[in-house]
Amino acid sequence: MQFAFTEDQRLFQETVREILTNECPPGAVRDSWTNDTGRVPGLWRLLADTGVVGLTAPEEAGGLGMSEIDLVLLLEEFGRAAAPEPLLEHTAVGIPLLRDHGHGALAVELLPQAAAGDVVLAVGLASQRFVLGGAQADVLLLQHGDELHAVPRAAVTCTPQTAVDQSRRLVSVEWTPSPDTLLVGGVEGRQAAEDAFDRGALAAAAQCVGVAQQLLDLTVAYVAEREQFGRPVGVHQAVKHHLADVAIAVEFARPMVYVAAWSAATAAPHVRREVSTAKALASDCVDLAARAALQCHGAIGYTIEYDLQLWLKRGWALASSWGDAAWHRRRVAEELGLPA
Amino acid sequence: MDLAFTPEQDAFRHELRTWLQEHIPAEPLPPMDTPEGFELHREWEKKLYEGRWSVVNWPEQYGGRDCSLVEWLIFEEEYYLSGAPGRVNNNGISLLAPTLFGWGAEEQKDRFLPKMASGEEIWAQGWSEPNAGSDLASLTTKAVRDGDTFVLNGQKTWCSRGAWADWIFCIVRTDPEAQRHKGLSYLLVPADAPGLHRRPVERLDGEPAFAELFFEDCRVHESNLLGGEGDGWNVAMATTSSERGLNLRAPGRFMAAAERLGELYRNLGPSADPGLRDEVVQAWMNAQAYRWQTYWTASRIAAGGELGPESSLMKVFWSELDLELHATALRLLGERGELVRGAPDAVDDGAWMGGYLFALSGPIYAGTNEIQRNIIGERVLGLPRK
Repeated sequence: MQFAFTEDQRLFQETVREILTNECPPGAVRDSWTNDTGRVPGLWRLLADTGVVGLTAPEEAGGLGMSEIDLVLLLEEFGRAAAPEPLLEHTAVGIPLLRDHGHGALAVELLPQAAAGDVVLAVGLASQRFVLGGAQADVLLLQHGDELHAVPRAAVTCTPQTAVDQSRRLVSVEWTPSPDTLLVGGVEGRQAAEDAFDRGALAAAAQCVGVAQQLLDLTVAYVAEREQFGRPVGVHQAVKHHLADVAIAVEFARPMVYVAAWSAATAAPHVRREVSTAKALASDCVDLAARAALQCHGAIGYTIEYDLQLWLKRGWALASSWGDAAWHRRRVAEELGLPA
Repeated sequence: MDLAFTPEQDAFRHELRTWLQEHIPAEPLPPMDTPEGFELHREWEKKLYEGRWSVVNWPEQYGGRDCSLVEWLIFEEEYYLSGAPGRVNNNGISLLAPTLFGWGAEEQKDRFLPKMASGEEIWAQGWSEPNAGSDLASLTTKAVRDGDTFVLNGQKTWCSRGAWADWIFCIVRTDPEAQRHKGLSYLLVPADAPGLHRRPVERLDGEPAFAELFFEDCRVHESNLLGGEGDGWNVAMATTSSERGLNLRAPGRFMAAAERLGELYRNLGPSADPGLRDEVVQAWMNAQAYRWQTYWTASRIAAGGELGPESSLMKVFWSELDLELHATALRLLGERGELVRGAPDAVDDGAWMGGYLFALSGPIYAGTNEIQRNIIGERVLGLPRK
């Protein structure tokens, strides 16, 4: 029992934090709301060169051959920075899917390109209504029944669905499966889709924790500074207790996310249960953080001009995507054998 | 990161599980907060001690096994899962012992720890006073030096099992001139000290498990001073951080309660209120979250970290979790929820109501959760005090 990250893992986290602090400040996130791609120009290339983009790909495919344990801290940083890059879809879900289940020539060709960041992946599982970044990706990994397909963007029709967080370029996708695009099917295909969903839920949970931590930090700084009645509003117990509750929620959701990451990386027996516990706690945590952050900021937080809204909206989106808290509680109930 | 237990840790768990299966009383003991239950629980402590299971994380010389934090957490998990009796000397073992290890002279450790480990001496906490609860530093029980003896006058209250305990660890005011936190001392008082009068007080559950302590020229020898004269606040705060954090309420008891709650749900069948299934799951998930946050913290401490004001995060979490677990059980039980021990139709002999009544005290004792949230705001998050 050694529940801690290595120095190297922490160093990698710091490196990514530094990159995001410099290259993905709130102004850059804001620009991604209105530009063509919904992303931060140049950031993906930088992340690819650092190894982040291909982190989960095997070394022989040009990746780092690392696992969810290495990735989870970086996802948290992406949440903290509200980075609009598709680390979840591409690195946490897409590459492992190609790595573990792509036996054919298609996957063998795609994997090194994805690891290098030259080909960007998007993901649309049967349980998901929309595909995030579907119109910007090069290849969409799409589920059709028990089959998973790798479909070039040119072969799908995307209908944009505007989201409240306008860096989230959601689309609904129409496409026709063909033998040319098939990655895996049958029993293995179903397993692949389930694994992909768990990886997505885990990655979303990690980002939720990062967003919640950032909402907490921003709000602590604000209430320590903002004065009313001649003193900082943060001296009041009503404000302190809101933020204490957020601190508690983050403190207890975070290790659970790490447990889920370890379970996913080691294929531990209760991985499904642990991923769902992590996502349910993390979704509730970021929802609570968003409510408290807005309330403690008051009217300034209720504007587009002030940056808080970037994290509020990202938090809402992450809380409800890849299974919301209620969905994951239901799955834990099933895993525990509690009949409905 | 490796969340698997080592073969040694698994063996430790197995050895304990086997021992517990062989030794747990066939019939559940009466509650330890009754006079008869108290003595039966003392006997159980002796049995644990003979198996060297009463204080596993203590050094061997005092009856322990020198266990690591992780092994201690395993102990707590197995212990509560097994349904073994409650720990009647928990306040001594969890609250006083860490203070003795930190501040006690060698002869004090030799004198007090082995008898605490064996249950021969059961300890109660004498801190609160009628006018000093959350504001502990305003306490007024006086201890005036008379040669090598302190003469105590004043009153303590809400002293759990204080009417039957053998010793009481107290905070008293030795310097009435000094301001608040200064001028306090930490004193170990034998229950049979001349001039100490004890009166049982019935708690919310009707058991006489609180006591009021009246000190009337009560004489206590100076060798019972823990830490220096006037050091009482610092010594006491060392106790509260273990009380709030890793020691008083380990995850094991809540994990066991969450398992039992799941079992109760399965036995009763789906409720008319579908939301209750969600509540059962939420309580179970929170118990898991507490478990892993504790292992996370234990790993941090094993690597040289310290548990500071973060212990307040844990105190709020476990006390509210305990309440949530038992409140959910009562909702599942519906009309039978209000039945107590001995009622023919009571499920689990009324244990859920009993547990609920106990859980209600959690957000109050060991520093109310409002005080804890202030501490989190000011000392964890760094919010301004004024």
